[in-house]
Amino acid sequence: MSSPASTPGGRKRGRNTNPSTPRSEGPTSPPSQRRRGQDSSTGDLMPMPNSPATDMLSPSAPQDTSLLSSPRPSVQPTEVDMSSPLMYGTPMRGTPARQRPDLGSVRKAPQVDLHSDPPRADGASDSNTGQRLVIWGTDVNVGTCKEKFQRFLQRFTDPTSTEDENAGLDLNEPLYMQKLEEISVVGDPVMNVNCLHVQSFDAELYRQLVSYPQEVIPTFDMAVNELFFERFPDSILEYQIQVRPYNALKTKNMRNLNPEDIDQLITISGMVIRTSQLIPEMQEAFFQCQVCAYSTRVEVDRGRIAEPAVCRNCNTTHSLALVHNRSAFSDKQMVKIQESPEDMPAGQTPHTTIVYAHNDLVDKVQPGDRVNITGIYRAVPMRVNPLQSNVKSVYKTHIDAIHFRKTDQKRLHGLDEEAEQRLFTEDRVTTLKELAAKPDVYERLSSALAPSIYEHEDIKKGILLQLFGGTRKDFSQTGRGHFRAEVNILLCGDPGTSKSQLLQYVYNLVPRGQYTSGKGSSAVGLTAYVMKDPETRQLVLQTGALVLSDNGICCIDEFDKMSDNTRSVLHEVMEQQTLSIAKAGIICQLNARTAVLAAANPVESQWNPKKTTIENIQLPHTLLSRFDLIFLMLDPQDEAYDRRLAHHLVSLYYQSEEQMEEEFLDMAVLKDYIAYARTYISPRLSEEASQALIEAYVDMRKIGSGRGMVSAYPRQLESLIRLAEAHAKVRFSEKVETIDVEEAKRLHREALKQSATDPRTGFVDISILTTGMSATARKRKEEVAQALKKLIQAKGKTPAMKYQQLLDDLRGQSETAITKELFDEALRALADEDYLTVTGKTVRLLA
Amino acid sequence: MPSTPDWINEPLAVVQGLFASSQNGPSSEWEAKAVEFFKDRLKEKDAHTWVPSLNDVPLHYLKPNSLVKFRCLIQDMFDPEFYMGVYETADPATKTKELRCGKYRDVTECGVRQQVDYNSRNTVTAERQTFYCVPIPGENAWVKDSYAGSSQARVVPSTSYAPSRQKRSYEEDDEGDDMDTQPQKQREPHSGQYQHGNGDCKRLETEAPSSQVGSASHLDLNFPLPGEKGPSCLVKVYEDWDSFKLNDTLEVYGILSVSPALSALADEKDASSSFLDPSESMETAEEQRVHSPPASLVPRLHMLYAKMLRHNNPLLPSVPLEDNSACKEELLSSTLRDMPSVRTELLSFFTHVLLGDALAAEYLILHLISTVYSRRDVLPLGKFTLNLSGCPTAASFTERLYRIIQQLVPSSFYLGMSLQNMNRMRLVPKKDYVANRLVSGVLQLASNTSLFLDETQLEPGQLDPTGVSNVTALGNLISWQKVDYDFNYHQMEFSCSINVLIASEGRSLLPSDCQVHLQSQVPPPHMEDYMSSIPLTAQLNKLRLYLSVARLLDYSISDEVTKSVEDDFVDMRKDDPQSVSADDLHRMLVVARLLSLSLGQTSLSRDSWHRAKHMEELRRSRVEQHKSVNGNEP
Repeated sequence: MSSPASTPGGRKRGRNTNPSTPRSEGPTSPPSQRRRGQDSSTGDLMPMPNSPATDMLSPSAPQDTSLLSSPRPSVQPTEVDMSSPLMYGTPMRGTPARQRPDLGSVRKAPQVDLHSDPPRADGASDSNTGQRLVIWGTDVNVGTCKEKFQRFLQRFTDPTSTEDENAGLDLNEPLYMQKLEEISVVGDPVMNVNCLHVQSFDAELYRQLVSYPQEVIPTFDMAVNELFFERFPDSILEYQIQVRPYNALKTKNMRNLNPEDIDQLITISGMVIRTSQLIPEMQEAFFQCQVCAYSTRVEVDRGRIAEPAVCRNCNTTHSLALVHNRSAFSDKQMVKIQESPEDMPAGQTPHTTIVYAHNDLVDKVQPGDRVNITGIYRAVPMRVNPLQSNVKSVYKTHIDAIHFRKTDQKRLHGLDEEAEQRLFTEDRVTTLKELAAKPDVYERLSSALAPSIYEHEDIKKGILLQLFGGTRKDFSQTGRGHFRAEVNILLCGDPGTSKSQLLQYVYNLVPRGQYTSGKGSSAVGLTAYVMKDPETRQLVLQTGALVLSDNGICCIDEFDKMSDNTRSVLHEVMEQQTLSIAKAGIICQLNARTAVLAAANPVESQWNPKKTTIENIQLPHTLLSRFDLIFLMLDPQDEAYDRRLAHHLVSLYYQSEEQMEEEFLDMAVLKDYIAYARTYISPRLSEEASQALIEAYVDMRKIGSGRGMVSAYPRQLESLIRLAEAHAKVRFSEKVETIDVEEAKRLHREALKQSATDPRTGFVDISILTTGMSATARKRKEEVAQALKKLIQAKGKTPAMKYQQLLDDLRGQSETAITKELFDEALRALADEDYLTVTGKTVRLLA
Repeated sequence: MPSTPDWINEPLAVVQGLFASSQNGPSSEWEAKAVEFFKDRLKEKDAHTWVPSLNDVPLHYLKPNSLVKFRCLIQDMFDPEFYMGVYETADPATKTKELRCGKYRDVTECGVRQQVDYNSRNTVTAERQTFYCVPIPGENAWVKDSYAGSSQARVVPSTSYAPSRQKRSYEEDDEGDDMDTQPQKQREPHSGQYQHGNGDCKRLETEAPSSQVGSASHLDLNFPLPGEKGPSCLVKVYEDWDSFKLNDTLEVYGILSVSPALSALADEKDASSSFLDPSESMETAEEQRVHSPPASLVPRLHMLYAKMLRHNNPLLPSVPLEDNSACKEELLSSTLRDMPSVRTELLSFFTHVLLGDALAAEYLILHLISTVYSRRDVLPLGKFTLNLSGCPTAASFTERLYRIIQQLVPSSFYLGMSLQNMNRMRLVPKKDYVANRLVSGVLQLASNTSLFLDETQLEPGQLDPTGVSNVTALGNLISWQKVDYDFNYHQMEFSCSINVLIASEGRSLLPSDCQVHLQSQVPPPHMEDYMSSIPLTAQLNKLRLYLSVARLLDYSISDEVTKSVEDDFVDMRKDDPQSVSADDLHRMLVVARLLSLSLGQTSLSRDSWHRAKHMEELRRSRVEQHKSVNGNEP
């Protein structure tokens, strides 16, 4: 050390050796429950031979006197104060320390009240303990703390780690030493430390970390740097390693923050709603004397610069001018986060909190991101107006972010089971498992579904299976990509059969559900659209209902009233489970692994039993075939049913809330049950089950083949597999067994019986759904076409005929009634054969 | 009238006294004691009427830091804030220190030359929540006047103030005339004497109702309904804030704080310091304007005690009915006895108003006493949206009808469903993240508000995206009694209970629980005579009371009647399965319920069931005749 002056200023934080002179404390932290030492050392210069190198964390305020010594090299604004090449007593050889505004070293005592006596109670206790010196106001002893943390870094292993961050690391080796190695290779001097690890290693250290982050984290920094440069003396880092703890045990809901949390390390989750522009925050002002060019630096103190009134060199008054480009700035950004909708009690509005991101955390998050923020909770009093003795007695609160962790990051990349992981308490899991062990769990759950809707047992069972979904299978290795695991269901039937109510119920039940009405939604509303952000002029992709319900259920009411254009986007979603966008230069494919639950009304407002499903709802068969189950919700007309229905409805109107709850499972239990099964259970087909499936499929094919009809396609087989898997999930079983296949078969058959019965023959005919026409109808069409051809040929050499006359002739000839539609279709068939052509009212023969 | 007691004039002195005594003694429960003290005082007979109300006394006549009450709706909930619960002041000269209590005030109080000692070890930080409250939206004039009239608060007028009863009556006479020419005017709530202070200003405003810019309010006070007036208030809540919900209606008793120091705009901001001061840069100007508006426009109210209002009918005792059962019994038995006769009166009045259609009048009564009494999973029970089709377009029938309803129900709103309105109005509240507040919309209404949708104003034309979402929102409101508030990144569902009455020519394009086609017995030219008769105030009050009481009654169905209802349903289905569906049974059960209640019966009798069935049959046969009027049939 050439001179004491060149030693980076004695930061208070480091002066644990000197507890008897705490600076007076300002209201950086409103007096909550504790007192703490503050770092404020303007004009307080003290060579400290045995001070640990905590100074790296601060803009190591050089004092006025320091300028008497060597001229400083000009520094870059962000890397503040690299003036001292060597940190005293540290082995860090020139790696500059980077200030940590997130720890509040800049925002210091806003008010130094020299008149009030600094409270000495804490100081006294320090001196009493003699050797055990602690940072004033806390019980942290820097030396011990450092040692403990180094021991933690060197020894901690977590063999059961599942964190993705630790991928590629040897779980049986000390985890953080590997991370250090990584830092030396990658050169990114940030070390994320999971607080849970610290806790399991040393509970006392954890407590200190959470209670006094402002003091403990710098100590950690110190420890990790010492360790690092010992091990990797040759590595070059941009600046010294910074420790970023995350996952503080108290992951708090924003609602639970209270005055006790001030100045503590907290982790809260929320959604980013707004980010400010980058704010350059001055850390240090550079003044130059206009007379003698003497320069001086003044540290920014609680947002104010104390402009030196007199030049120390030439004693001219008011001659110093601020030189902006030689002052030091740091980046800062304001981020506003809002409670996630899931955390909110009903009937209240979400709370918001202000978060400050510093330096490299700036621009880490965007509005709309779900994040977990670890940081220090702060409260500062409102600005004090020196003219008023009465001030607002309110504090402003914010969080200085230390660590951001996006919770929805992985959603973009694929499976996000982990992100969806809900925390189930032991008790809850036991309850759920007990429930699952009951033999009638399937029936219980299905009756708990929408209890206000009467009967329709099979439909409820179908929806239940949809809620659970099949098992995700990934065949992208072999080139087929993902198999759809979601079950799609279409409900059609008479108006007033509570279809909408069922949809509403499902929408309210699943965490990521969307509800749209076919009438009100457009194609872009379902998929995604590109819009220009009015502020940034950037193009942004706004996602629609289908993308939003990724991993959930998209309920579409009035499916039949949707425009064709809109419906066409569903084709891709319902089989490939992706959504391709090519708009305004943005080409991308979004995941839309959503199950579709749609409801459609028949075209003629009443279901016509004489017509097929297709004819009744007028939906393209390409779309219909993508539904695993199609149910008809018809009004059964039968006395016993009516009586039960009446009883059900009347009781709905007079039974009290409690009575109802006794009868049915709680909606919350059902929710948890589904969430648990979806997260933890992924059943695989057993040998017998696959056999049963094969048989079922072959049987289904056989039914039709006798009459020249096909009653099953591979899609139906896939449906069966999905349903069987879902049923196994209901039982919390990891294996799909024969009973699952049986139920899948039964349900599938029930649905088919309802929707794919050919009204002309009364047989189940899957081709109604797959080709839009029953086999009999197709046969009939061909017959008519042939008859027509014969008729024309019989007429001889007339190149052109009147349309109407031809129709009449055909009608006269045929023994069965020929509708105009049938006739048109026959004409079209012949036109396809290039036999004739129809122009207006004339039919011309070709060739 | 007794002279105003000290606890109303100087509530802070009471609080400080309790605080000081607790410092000496061992008791630390002074906060609970303070709340108890005021609760006890207010329980005394008529005590609550002595407290001046922000609703009807203009702000500048109220003493700062005095106890006031405010009848309001929670429009928005701000973030909780930390404040100095206990602080110490120090006098630098004498070095004396004093502990003070910071609860129930915004600004620290210091003696001369004293300073707040921020570093004191005795400072206690505490937390409180802020609600943004507005007067109950759509509250009708008669409610306001009646509340104002019953107040015995002695407001000490400043020199320029002359409490003028004469003026008031003059105003009331005036209203009769105004009504014909100015339907909107009715919707402007009268904040009692507030407007009488500056009569001229009011005159101007009635002449130009479109200019909603009040005298000094360049500030958007964020009222749900357009054209509303009256003070809004930032209510600071000290305990139990989780029990309050958005859109709750409350009567808040609290300490008024209007210190000019609160206004953010009053602060002089010098650019340089705001650039560097961290606390400045985190709020945008908009946010500041919203969260710290000038106290002269938006006073702060520090809540001591709040009463949830189940209704805002001044004729009914505001004490929660379950509180004193004796009083309740008495009230119930007396009103129950009268109910059938009042009902007859009301029925004949409505029949008259609805051009001689007695059936429609019956349904209108049922509609007005309906309320969502329970929810079963997603299904709201008890709602009864009425679609009054076949309304004559002539002679502004719908507007007159609305004016009559307005005279009967405590709060109501008339929404003309013109294309322009649908495309332009903001029905659904939306979160404004820049100003960090919930921008209100028309559908942010208190429970049991009557929403009158006038579909006769709708013309063919194109709805733009706003219009479509507005119509969807109305549909959701009617079907599920919920409004999805727009939080930009997501929507949040708020359940409500709003009585929607749709007046249309044909069947409404919106869903409804029940459609009645109006059959006028009166030739069009005489319509006006029918419509313009309004009963006397005494009679009106009886009807008003009737409607509010009927809504609050309990109801049950005995097992025996259940059985017969079931039998009935099965029989009906046997006769004609096509025409009677589960939905019809739903509706009949609601009709039967409301019919019983309207007769003052708290359980369903076979008689009422048959009457309900009969009414439904009549109504259906009537609807049959008018089928296919437009394309909105399902």
